[in-house]
Amino acid sequence: MGFMSGFKESLGAWIKKIFKKKRAKIGIYGPPNAGKTTLANRILHDWNEGDSFGQVSSIPHETRRAMRKEGVKINANGSSIELDIVDTPGMATKIDFKEFMAHGLPEAEAKKRAKEATEGVIEAIKWLDDLDGVLLVMDSTEDPYTQVNVVVIGNMEARKLPLLIVANKMDLPNASPARIKAAFPQHAMVPISALDGSNIDELYQAIATHFG
Amino acid sequence: MILMREVQMDLISGEKLEKMTSMEKVRLILDKVKAGKIVVLESGLTPDEEVRLIEMTMTEIRVDEFSGIEIESYPSRKEGSFLDKLLGKALKGRMTVIGPANQIRTIEKDKYQIITKVSVGD
Repeated sequence: MGFMSGFKESLGAWIKKIFKKKRAKIGIYGPPNAGKTTLANRILHDWNEGDSFGQVSSIPHETRRAMRKEGVKINANGSSIELDIVDTPGMATKIDFKEFMAHGLPEAEAKKRAKEATEGVIEAIKWLDDLDGVLLVMDSTEDPYTQVNVVVIGNMEARKLPLLIVANKMDLPNASPARIKAAFPQHAMVPISALDGSNIDELYQAIATHFG
Repeated sequence: MILMREVQMDLISGEKLEKMTSMEKVRLILDKVKAGKIVVLESGLTPDEEVRLIEMTMTEIRVDEFSGIEIESYPSRKEGSFLDKLLGKALKGRMTVIGPANQIRTIEKDKYQIITKVSVGD
């Protein structure tokens, strides 16, 4: 990064902080099967008249194309914010079609899914350049120190863009949002269940505070 | 007689990495990992380089040949002068281990240590 581009980036971040926007383009990121689309559907259901992004599945990489919904208006903390929400494909460093076959997909379909999943990861990465902030969804039953989490957090820190960690699946008995908080204490975190809606109002308040 | 199988491990110094461009680092890593080697980077990659490595990895995945990489590093650390911080250049990469996804497996990782197992294959 050159002197001028680095300076411009920092200046841009300061200006954004001073003149807080009321509209923001937010990406929903995370590893496969963390519940990104479930959360995206929950937000649309609550604030966009029951609209939805797409179907969810227990097979990884169900979402293989980024999808965007514009002008989702969220009211919380006595103020409102309009979001353009981008539901991104799961980020991964490896994709093996045999993993999909283990979930019962026939070989040809598994190979097709693997090819599309690699394209989806690239698409998710490209979107990082065009966002105002990120909701990083983590499965709170899993180890938070995955490289995907480290990479997404590192990139948002380097870009000086706001990041809110969503500790999902708190409805499951072995969920441990505290483990996520301990791993990334420098970032705000909200434990929720996107599936049953637990604590979702707290997330909306945090979104309004962080991205508004 | 016990047959010993070997895995090559390349430890690349921070000094060498400093002299390379981002694209050169990504290419070097991928070429080594695709050849079945384990790569340890003394000073790691920047967040932007890590994401470029993942992107390039995705373009090179091939059925039954290369299923991707396993990469483990610690979260970036803020270092550098006031000017670096002002310019957003204060995030420093840390020691990083990268290997073929079908050969290296992370056992445990936290803020202070990364424990991995390397399989030597058939």
